[in-house]
Amino acid sequence: MSDDWRHGGFGLYLHWPFCAAKCPYCDFNSHVAAEIDQARWQRAYLAEIDRLGVETQDRVLNSVFFGGGTPSLMDPDLVAAILERVRRTWRQANDIEITLEANPTSIESGRFRAYSEGGVNRISMGMQALNDADLTRLGRMHSAAEGRAAFDIARSHFDRVSFDLIYARQDQDLTAWEAELREALAMAVDHFSLYQLTIEEGTAFGRRAAAGKLTGLPDEELAADMYLRTQEICEAAGLPAYEVSNHAREGAQSRHNLIYWRYGDYAGIGPGAHGRLTLGGTRQATVTPKPPALWLQAVEQRGSGELPREELPLEDQAVEFLLFGLRLSEGIDPARYRALSGTDLPAEKLADLGELGLVETLDGRIRATREGRAVLNGVIRELMP
Amino acid sequence: MTQLDHIRNFSIVAHIDHGKSTLADRLIQMTGTVAERDMKAQLLDSMDIERERGITIKANTVRIEYPAKDGETYVLNLIDTPGHVDFAYEVSRSMRAVEGSLLVVDASQGVEAQTLANVYQAIDAGHEIVPVLNKIDLPAADPDAVKANIEDVIGIDASDAIPISAKTGLGIPEVLEAIVHRLPAPKGDRDAPLKAMLVDSWYDPYLGVVVMIRVMDGVIRKGDRIKMMQTGAVYGIDKLAVLKPQMVDFPELGPGEIGVFTASIKQVRDTRVGDTITHEKKPCATPLPGFKPAQPVVFCGLFPVDANDFEALRDAIEKLALNDASFSYEMETSAALGFGFRCGFLGLLHLEVVRDRLEREYDLDLITTAPSVVFKIYMKDGEVRDLHNPADMPDLTYVDHIEEPRIKATIMVPDEYLGDVLKLCQDRRGIQLDLTYAGSRAMVVYDLPLAEVVFDFYDRLKSVTKGYASFDYQLSEYREDFLVKMSILVNDEPVDALSIMVHRDRAEARGRAMVEKLKELIPRHMFKIPIQAAIGGRVVARETLSAMRKDVTAKCYGGDATRKKKLLEKQKAGKKKMRQFGKVEIPQSAFISALKMDD
Repeated sequence: MSDDWRHGGFGLYLHWPFCAAKCPYCDFNSHVAAEIDQARWQRAYLAEIDRLGVETQDRVLNSVFFGGGTPSLMDPDLVAAILERVRRTWRQANDIEITLEANPTSIESGRFRAYSEGGVNRISMGMQALNDADLTRLGRMHSAAEGRAAFDIARSHFDRVSFDLIYARQDQDLTAWEAELREALAMAVDHFSLYQLTIEEGTAFGRRAAAGKLTGLPDEELAADMYLRTQEICEAAGLPAYEVSNHAREGAQSRHNLIYWRYGDYAGIGPGAHGRLTLGGTRQATVTPKPPALWLQAVEQRGSGELPREELPLEDQAVEFLLFGLRLSEGIDPARYRALSGTDLPAEKLADLGELGLVETLDGRIRATREGRAVLNGVIRELMP
Repeated sequence: MTQLDHIRNFSIVAHIDHGKSTLADRLIQMTGTVAERDMKAQLLDSMDIERERGITIKANTVRIEYPAKDGETYVLNLIDTPGHVDFAYEVSRSMRAVEGSLLVVDASQGVEAQTLANVYQAIDAGHEIVPVLNKIDLPAADPDAVKANIEDVIGIDASDAIPISAKTGLGIPEVLEAIVHRLPAPKGDRDAPLKAMLVDSWYDPYLGVVVMIRVMDGVIRKGDRIKMMQTGAVYGIDKLAVLKPQMVDFPELGPGEIGVFTASIKQVRDTRVGDTITHEKKPCATPLPGFKPAQPVVFCGLFPVDANDFEALRDAIEKLALNDASFSYEMETSAALGFGFRCGFLGLLHLEVVRDRLEREYDLDLITTAPSVVFKIYMKDGEVRDLHNPADMPDLTYVDHIEEPRIKATIMVPDEYLGDVLKLCQDRRGIQLDLTYAGSRAMVVYDLPLAEVVFDFYDRLKSVTKGYASFDYQLSEYREDFLVKMSILVNDEPVDALSIMVHRDRAEARGRAMVEKLKELIPRHMFKIPIQAAIGGRVVARETLSAMRKDVTAKCYGGDATRKKKLLEKQKAGKKKMRQFGKVEIPQSAFISALKMDD
């Protein structure tokens, strides 16, 4: 199994855990800090790159992704120093993708040029909505106008710019979302991510929902209609979904995220970052402590930010392969599933799901249909061992 | 040994809440039977459940020594009887052990339905009855109207009714004097062979079975060899005592006296209430007329929520049955709920009490299935089968006809709610037998199917009368009716645990309610699921649970794999806990909600 990861490639994820403010829907590992010692963080990131580089030095790196948190709060010098160390550590693919997540405030868009000079070649912007009222409700710190301006600045510095929108918001009906989506399509270059609002436990929205104070959320019927309509509209506009929530023109897909979904290897650096690394013939799951201070301390005092690694049994790898792979419109190679799990996908269940129009086999690959992707958790539950 | 003319044996007849137990407490307290510091409110109701609900379930007894105003000290034996219809058999046997009754009526409310049945039992037993008007201190008390009410409804003279407040103690001395002077002394022959009535028995974890007796003739002593005349069993008396209300050893009991003994008896089932106890060597010539043992009339399944608790449940049920001969049980297996017991009860309150005790005293979480009654299935070959569980209904082609138990129900209700009560009874296939007025209260008597009453009749009655109605019933007879088994089909598969016996005319309504409820309870699947109620091959109600349309996680990136995998594994494990019917998985919680008697 030692080569299974090669189907997906190899990427590096760096987690920057700080935000200017915590958004009410967000359950990511993000923190608001008064003061950040960026030099100290730089030392820690570089040390981790060195450590992981030793383990994976023969690899070709396909992508780097700065996620967060809000990485556009990082000093451009810090980003540049990290990318410099990355270049010295791994051979890079010719078409390496280096993405940085950014918030579209004016302060942050002022750093875009510097990020570009430091080596970032793709920006993923947290636009979230195109009107001020909803941006406020989502707790965002930018206005719609600011967002559009930031987008234009980003496009002047980067060939590849993507942005996120959150839909199925409070009090949003199908017509309003269609109008907003068409507006976004008029702006979008070649990639965007369209997420249905999910109420997560432990967030401000989660607490409000539990108290019955989060009203106007769509029911399952409307959410399904919105999802399917989104697929139709984007496809007609030439940006079909290549993953449940991600749309791109042909060739503009996020290479980094494809590494996850095609179940490649990825190194994770920073607080709460996860990794999957195939080493010595086994796939290791790596994870680091979530609190920023604990991670820093681990790196500085123990020379590694990681918690003890776990070796992933083949059965777990098969489940992960399934739950990532079926998100993609390209689906999965059943031979790879068999190689990981030791068994075929259950034929009877596949037939049942096929009959319901949720799964299909095309060119030897098994994929969830558009309707199947909408109920993917159910589909995976049926198919997983 | 107490002289016969210095003994008075009595019981108290009252409706729940009219203050029977409080009066008993006051009598005990005022005679110094129990030291002040040992008084707990409602002393005789010894089970937690009894004290909490303010009801008496088991008959309790206390011996009171009362120095009367005439200078003599009398022994007063009070048997505190249950007030609830489910325990009517306990009342009837207790009545046979005493000569008089205090009829306690709330001075603001008047006679209630449950009082009626009990007071008639007292009259049947030949009791002298002393009416007592309680809660006389309340502003709403109207003693004259209530006296008239007693005379109208019960037909006894209430002119000498004693006004009291059991709560404040007002009138209690008068009650004590009335017991001595208005109730008759017992009769009996001390020199005749021993003849004692077995009034009650219960299991005590330290002493084994404790037997309560009323001596009619002769004398019983510790160490005597006695014989139970019905069972023929012979025992040696280990311990002889009276209840004050705790046990106090006593050397002997003579005619008219009430007490308890132990005799190394293993379980309550070995004793028969109403049996005659005599000496082995010198028996009495004729036994006392016995009682018919109480038959369970309401059945339901009790299943542990956690299948691992089955053995604990079995253990608890066996222990409980030691002390409750009227409760029956047999093992039952359900495709939906696993292993459990089909249990028989005297009525709904008995069911609730047993379930509460199992849950509370044995710390078990139980699923109680919808209560049903025993139907009599007359087969074409002449065989008659008792049907306790609709799932056991035989093939209709072999069935000649089906009979169901009917009850005679007495409902007393303020006349403003009468219309709603009549409608409720009509809706439940009732036949009106009588309707009379006493003041502004109506008394209606209905012939009703018991099956309709165990469904949710109490709750409906309570809600349409805002709690002002009182209700009592007694079983009357089995009668043929157009009864059918209604099955529930989920995705065209029958789900046996959900089938019920129902009158054909009510099948649509019950079926509709059931399929609508199930539609809410069964989680959506990847496909749409028809849910049907059917009689034989005919569908009488149908709902369709639409297919799931969206459940996908919006975001799933590298860091989400572990969490997402765990979530799916948990959901998958949850699926394994569900019961599979064809391709449909039904969570156990859905069965619990669908089968629960109240929701």
